[in-house]
Amino acid sequence: MVGTTPVNPLESGEVDEKPALKIGVLALQGDFIEHIQMFRKLGVEAVEVRKPSQLAELDGLIIPGGESTTICRLIDLFGFEDELRKFVDDRRALWGTCAGMIVIARELTDPYPEPLRLMDISVSRNWFGRQVDSFEDEFEFSGIEGGPFLAVFIRAPVVESVGEGVEVIARLEDGKPVAVRSENLLATAFHPELTDDSRVHEYFLAMAREGVANRR
Amino acid sequence: MDTTSTPGTTATNGTQAKAWREGSKPEVGNWREKSGLAQMLKGGVIMDVVTPDQAKIAEDAGAVSVMALERVPSDIRRDGGVARMSDPDLIDGIINAVSIPVMANARIGHFVEAQVLEALGVDYCDESEVLTPADNSFHINKWEFKMPFVCGATNLGEALRRIGEGAAMIRTKGEAGTGDIVNAVTHAREVLGEIRKIQHMDEEELMTEAKNLGAPFELVLEVHKTGKLPVVNFAAGGIATPADAALMMQIGVEGVFVGSGIFKSENPPAMADAIVRATTHYNDPDMLAEISRGLGDAMAGLEANKLTADQRLETRGW
Repeated sequence: MVGTTPVNPLESGEVDEKPALKIGVLALQGDFIEHIQMFRKLGVEAVEVRKPSQLAELDGLIIPGGESTTICRLIDLFGFEDELRKFVDDRRALWGTCAGMIVIARELTDPYPEPLRLMDISVSRNWFGRQVDSFEDEFEFSGIEGGPFLAVFIRAPVVESVGEGVEVIARLEDGKPVAVRSENLLATAFHPELTDDSRVHEYFLAMAREGVANRR
Repeated sequence: MDTTSTPGTTATNGTQAKAWREGSKPEVGNWREKSGLAQMLKGGVIMDVVTPDQAKIAEDAGAVSVMALERVPSDIRRDGGVARMSDPDLIDGIINAVSIPVMANARIGHFVEAQVLEALGVDYCDESEVLTPADNSFHINKWEFKMPFVCGATNLGEALRRIGEGAAMIRTKGEAGTGDIVNAVTHAREVLGEIRKIQHMDEEELMTEAKNLGAPFELVLEVHKTGKLPVVNFAAGGIATPADAALMMQIGVEGVFVGSGIFKSENPPAMADAIVRATTHYNDPDMLAEISRGLGDAMAGLEANKLTADQRLETRGW
């Protein structure tokens, strides 16, 4: 069967001159499949990550939406922390959505869980209240063309403060930061993977490509 | 909150159910947020708890949500009598004890119990056959609520009727409070098998299939196109060990509810922790072997096949 396997032109690099990327989505718990489907729609290889040893082969990793207490506990139980730190130090792209934003924060205004301190942001969990307070909003996203972005907030966090070098790329009307970037790190309080709009995923792929270029 | 101007939802988000509904009546809760919370629970374990302390044990073990109950199903089964919505003080106590979403049960058709739960700030309402039904013919019109609902189903027709009424999440019904996995397996296979069958039908066959299932045609059409339920599908009822949870995940559900299985076992924190790990690594036998060690006794259990018709909870639902 090996000889008959079709070659993906994006992976082989024959069509696209951009480097072929391999993106992972942390699949310990949460809506990882929605992210994977979004990347596959964009023609990018995307895999579920359940073991720390898988990180070495990736150009980018998403920590998806889910329950941050659960994801933090499983990251700890299955020994991801050191590998994740190495991943970020190696300038590979990392994106946390909602729970993922909480997981990578430097500190939380809540007593638990214990975040990984990968990105210099302070985050408040469930900032808008309970599920009945979940909502949608539209706003501009700095660095993304094509008009306002629809954002779905589900028991969502917000960024309370950012450290030096962290750029706020989207805010709610009242000024609360809900998307932030610092070099190879991206965090969004909302869920682009629950819409049909792939612009934030494409933005992240560009970050992953920068990382590949920097590592060469 | 207007959703009609949005660029559209993903195929997994019940677009047909939403579009169908929008043609008739404005919805109260936003469909994408209601079904979206269920997306966030995927790959997770939802645990029945009866005290704030148990809720905290569940959260510490990595539960994605807790179901606030006065009695777990095995005690409801033992005690008999009418099983109703939990006391608001108990629900408040549990809401205040944890940061994860809190679910609570309303009786089938008891929309006032659901209104009370919504007023208490409950994150998800389970219109549950574990409680004594309040209506022998009709379920709650779940579109009227901003709080999302999860409902049980033994087959695809029942699942799609519940989604048609506005349920944003489905759990296949096992026989709650038995610790016997057999009915959870039967019904998950029933639902998933019917989905595979519809997926491969010709479009000409779908209307008659909708008639036979007693399901809304638009939702049958969506299942035909996507090959999955329009909302997230968990398994519930009878899950008592890490292997039980992994079995349901391998059969094809997206997460599990564990009722009596945790706090009726010999060592609840260890069992809770093990079932959480097994639900993540459901496809890894080496990991499951490790996870299954040293947990003490699972709950005692009742053989579901030996229950008489009037002892079965799963047949409640219309």
